Amino acid sequence: MLLQRYNMEEKFEPKIAAFVCNWCTYTGADLAGTSRLKQQPNARLIRVPCTGRIDPVFIIKAFESGADGVLVSGCHPGDCHYNAGNFHARRRWIMFRELLEFAGIDSSRLHFSWVSASEGKKWVDVIDGVTETVRKKGPFDQYRKMSRKIELPELEEEGVEI
Amino acid sequence: MNGLNEVCREAISGNKAALIIGYTEDKHHHLKPFIAHTEADTDKLTYNHNAVNNLAVYLHRFRNRTEGRIGIVVKPCDLKAITALIQENRVKRDDLYVIGVNCSGVVKDQNKEFSKENTQIKCKTCAGKTPAWYDVVVEESVEFELPEDNNALLMKQIEEMSAEERLEFWNSEFEKCIKCYACREVCPMCYCDQCIVDKTEPRWIESSATNRANFAWNMIRAFHQAGRCIGCGECDRVCPADIPLSLLNRKMGMVAFKEFGYRHGTDMNAPTLIGTFSTSDHEEFIR
Repeated sequence: MLLQRYNMEEKFEPKIAAFVCNWCTYTGADLAGTSRLKQQPNARLIRVPCTGRIDPVFIIKAFESGADGVLVSGCHPGDCHYNAGNFHARRRWIMFRELLEFAGIDSSRLHFSWVSASEGKKWVDVIDGVTETVRKKGPFDQYRKMSRKIELPELEEEGVEI
Repeated sequence: MNGLNEVCREAISGNKAALIIGYTEDKHHHLKPFIAHTEADTDKLTYNHNAVNNLAVYLHRFRNRTEGRIGIVVKPCDLKAITALIQENRVKRDDLYVIGVNCSGVVKDQNKEFSKENTQIKCKTCAGKTPAWYDVVVEESVEFELPEDNNALLMKQIEEMSAEERLEFWNSEFEKCIKCYACREVCPMCYCDQCIVDKTEPRWIESSATNRANFAWNMIRAFHQAGRCIGCGECDRVCPADIPLSLLNRKMGMVAFKEFGYRHGTDMNAPTLIGTFSTSDHEEFIR
């Protein structure tokens, strides 16, 4: 029914999970909003204290929960509220994106950016760019197919809800 | 073998070590891990091509031990694990009495004779046949034929695939995973008091063996080993579903070397890769 109402099969709107740091990117996105800058409405912002707080398991969890793309964004190097959080994060990302690339989640679904609190315009560019890239890439059905629960036909026949 | 027994006996009687972690032979002539506490026990210790286990994993068990040093029989590949644990402040060099063995290769399958086909792939990639450091060294190193590195071929194949094919490939591999966590138990570098998969509040990784939960677990396992795996290949050996787990770790090791020139477990005084950072790390992938 939902499909019919929104005619989703014809028009695909990507879901973007955006992990943003409290001190820079979240404030930057806020600035974009208060400045009435027009931006794509596809991102769901998840505010974390610092990019150093972002465990790679968050990113996996976002894909599991149905995200078509993930954006991770924080303060520019040297601007971190906690001095070195984003440096630690950057080194982690270098490793993690190579791992996901090797496992088959390519870099057009996983994006990184530095957006400071004053860069409302940059935030709009980033979010528009990411949304466009993921929209071109299409829905992440391949991952969602994995998300199906275990198939137990015998139980289904008996009417047991799995 | 007598060299090993004499050295071990001397270590216990001379109070150089309070106990010795080594190998003993069972009735099928397989080698299994064995901990010698007394002089009499040391007669049971032995070493040959069947010494497949990485004994460094048993060091965690004696972590809080206060009296006496821990003796451990180490082949060159396992020594990297101990070096790595010292790097990570998990064990102290002074608490260990390292009995190095010059390695002549180890078997894949203990039921078969040692041959070129029945040699572990890690023996080809191993840096040396003599341990890099030790308190005492035993055994003679014998030259042996190096096996084919099938994993390198597989790695090349995977790298040439498209992203969709790669996800398909890993999905078909992880589909077999039964979440027994043998890969975690056997790994000397997996030593958290509480593993992330055992946490229930919040439960980051589902405990059921569905495809997506398996994918999440294996990704996170590989990432927690990123730049830390020393390549002993124990995860491959114990996996009951024969998933090529060490490929993921090897890939991460290659990235660590390519990006940072870093190899874990080579220098016990070096800072760890993920525990440190440099302001000049590359960031061309960040907008």
